[in-house]
Amino acid sequence: MPRYAKPALFVLCCLPLLWLTLRAIGVGPLQLGPNPVATLIHALGSWGFRLLLLTLCVSPAAVIWRKPALLKLRRLLGLFSFTYLTLHFLTWLILDQWLSWSAIARDIIKRPYITVGLAALLMLVPLAVTSTDRWLRRLGRRWHRLHSLIYPAAILGAIHFWWQVKADWREPLLCALILASLLAWRVAYRHRQTRANRQRTPSH
Amino acid sequence: MRNKPQVTHRPLPSEITPLATYLNRRQVLAGLIASGLLAGQQAEARGTPLKYAKNPRMSLKESSNSYEDITTYNNFYEFGVDKTDPSENSGKFRPAPWTVTVSGEAAVTGRFALEDLIKPHALEERIYRLRCVEAWSMVIPWVGFPLGDLIKRLQPTSRAKYVAFKTVMRPSEMPGQRFPVLEWPYVEGLRMDEAMHPLTLMAVGLYGETLLNQNGAPLRLVVPWKYGFKGIKSIVEIRFTERQPPTSWNRSAPNEYGFYANVNPAVDHPRWSQATERRIGGGLFAPRQPTLPFNGYAAQVASLYSGLDLTRNY
Repeated sequence: MPRYAKPALFVLCCLPLLWLTLRAIGVGPLQLGPNPVATLIHALGSWGFRLLLLTLCVSPAAVIWRKPALLKLRRLLGLFSFTYLTLHFLTWLILDQWLSWSAIARDIIKRPYITVGLAALLMLVPLAVTSTDRWLRRLGRRWHRLHSLIYPAAILGAIHFWWQVKADWREPLLCALILASLLAWRVAYRHRQTRANRQRTPSH
Repeated sequence: MRNKPQVTHRPLPSEITPLATYLNRRQVLAGLIASGLLAGQQAEARGTPLKYAKNPRMSLKESSNSYEDITTYNNFYEFGVDKTDPSENSGKFRPAPWTVTVSGEAAVTGRFALEDLIKPHALEERIYRLRCVEAWSMVIPWVGFPLGDLIKRLQPTSRAKYVAFKTVMRPSEMPGQRFPVLEWPYVEGLRMDEAMHPLTLMAVGLYGETLLNQNGAPLRLVVPWKYGFKGIKSIVEIRFTERQPPTSWNRSAPNEYGFYANVNPAVDHPRWSQATERRIGGGLFAPRQPTLPFNGYAAQVASLYSGLDLTRNY
């Protein structure tokens, strides 16, 4: 993999955030529109989930194209996804709810789509914290088991996306379909691996 | 860049185009646009000035949202589901010539040219709150006349308990109608007492000018104490019925949207709270506002619903 690959990807991942910042400030014709808070929350969540899906694309891509070097990009994508989704949550907390904790607690308890969304984000926290090489070494095999939390997190995220739809179900539907394909690929891959292993080791 | 609208300019009577002439001109313009001789402009579009009187008694003292916000932040799925779709995709829509069909339990039925239907009515400006079910709101200076006055002229019989409305069906001019986001054409309805209420407006304009396509040209309903989806746009049919008529959002998701759709902070949408709303135009750092019962019109309309369980009849 060329040496500029990671820095280039880093820059690419920053672009949506840069564009949103310019729109939030109101540089030239760029603006967030008449409902800036809702637009910002939606955009941050949307990009965060796209990056999450992109993160989940890395392993299948590495296998299908036989390029294990691609796996080096997974952490970068995962952490950017976490960044966008955290900003998505913080924007809601601060600019929408104005840190009104009783209203926030009520929303978390009474609005299923918020409960599910927060649960999804919380699942990603240990993944972000243990994303470093040191933690990988410390946890060993447990690291991989911990990081399989990304699957329920992604599923809950897709449900959260779906449940907040007013009428435009295009993007949530597309995301759900892509997620389903990525998960299905993994199930099929595991199945193939297990069968291959069983064939290699004769049964006793 | 768009010019900021001058709200305070009151046109001289000599400057104002009579509605009939305006509608004829729009017909000519629409023809020219359709024939490709004139490029349809929607970005800088304004309506035609209307002759109207202010009605301060029926208006809010709050300042109105900007013309830009009101005409570029719209839910009008016939033109697409994004908020900017109606202003961007309604350029081909021709609001003139326009016919309204009156049918059902009334003495005066038939097909009416729009200008004939509204000629007897003096236009007023009413500054109303509009509260969307999505929990955002605006203050809009509508221009129109009370629906009740029109209904009286149409002489509904004693069998008429409800008034039903229908939006035009024109997929060739309304690209959103090619997708089954909702069942087209859009339908809505009111109980007779709601329709006759002095607040209920047949709107033909806003900010002193005729409605742009994205706001429901040339004729739309405004019921300020109900969620915005009750304000059916681009009306082609008014029908007096004995039984409660179907309404589009209730048909689409009956557990989420009811017939009454009265603004009520105590009755949440199944998936989100209705206790607060975001006022459009406040910017990034404006807090949400508490939602008022009946959108702040409780004093005028609460009596219509005394004895009605508002949680069950949402």
